[in-house]
Amino acid sequence: MSLFYFVALLSIFFALMVIFAKNPVHSVLYLIITFFTFTIHYILLNAQFLAVVNFIVYMGAILVLFLHVLMYMNLNNEGSEMKSMLMKVSGLIAGMCLLVTLVGSMKTLAVSDPVNLQDADLGLVKNLGKVLFSEFLLPFEVSSILLLSAMVGAVLLAKKEPKSI
Amino acid sequence: MEQLTQTIQSVPLNHYILFSSIIFAIGVIGVLIRRNAIVIFMSIELMLNAVNLLLAVFSVYHGDPAGQVFVFFVMALAAAEVAVGLAIIVMVYRNTHSIDINVLNRLKW
Repeated sequence: MSLFYFVALLSIFFALMVIFAKNPVHSVLYLIITFFTFTIHYILLNAQFLAVVNFIVYMGAILVLFLHVLMYMNLNNEGSEMKSMLMKVSGLIAGMCLLVTLVGSMKTLAVSDPVNLQDADLGLVKNLGKVLFSEFLLPFEVSSILLLSAMVGAVLLAKKEPKSI
Repeated sequence: MEQLTQTIQSVPLNHYILFSSIIFAIGVIGVLIRRNAIVIFMSIELMLNAVNLLLAVFSVYHGDPAGQVFVFFVMALAAAEVAVGLAIIVMVYRNTHSIDINVLNRLKW
């Protein structure tokens, strides 16, 4: 039980470091650690398939993509300073208002039952695969089309434009 | 693995919701206070992850695998979104030589 609170504290700490780090490369590295703590959360919930997918897709693919784009741009001379002080304070206040609203609405909900794992093999690949390929077969195929079109769109957008336009 | 998942047994659902709300709020604050487009993207990833974790928790809480399948779809969507978004950022950088979003306030080059 205390393991959850320790990992949650680490997640919050590194998430704060992501948005307050001056250097974008440091932000990406902190984000990798944050996603690793999320993987630990999934393991604690015995959602092993999601833990592995989170590890491979987020830490392996998405953050490598971020690092590549950051290396592609030469941002050394550009100070990644924050917005002006007024914008910063008002942004912090707005975010805190959102947090207070969410927490306040949670208080009226008044559920505090412990999260119990009723079915131990709920998050295993076998169980999820059965659901994915029976109930959710059509969304699964549609998401493959989405990924294909995203790939085509990304290549088209990042391609160099011809000079004559 | 068995005794590892035993440790989670007594965490209340409230604390999971609180934790996800905090991470989501951190993502919102990151979008609001930063000017670097890539850091804004990373804050959006934080928000997506907070929602994903909460979906997985509710899936375990109700004993329904549909929530975890949904998290899988959200992850596929996030991968597509990041690919297209980073391509747009690369294009913006090529045209303006900066990824400061204040450059974009005229919506033309």
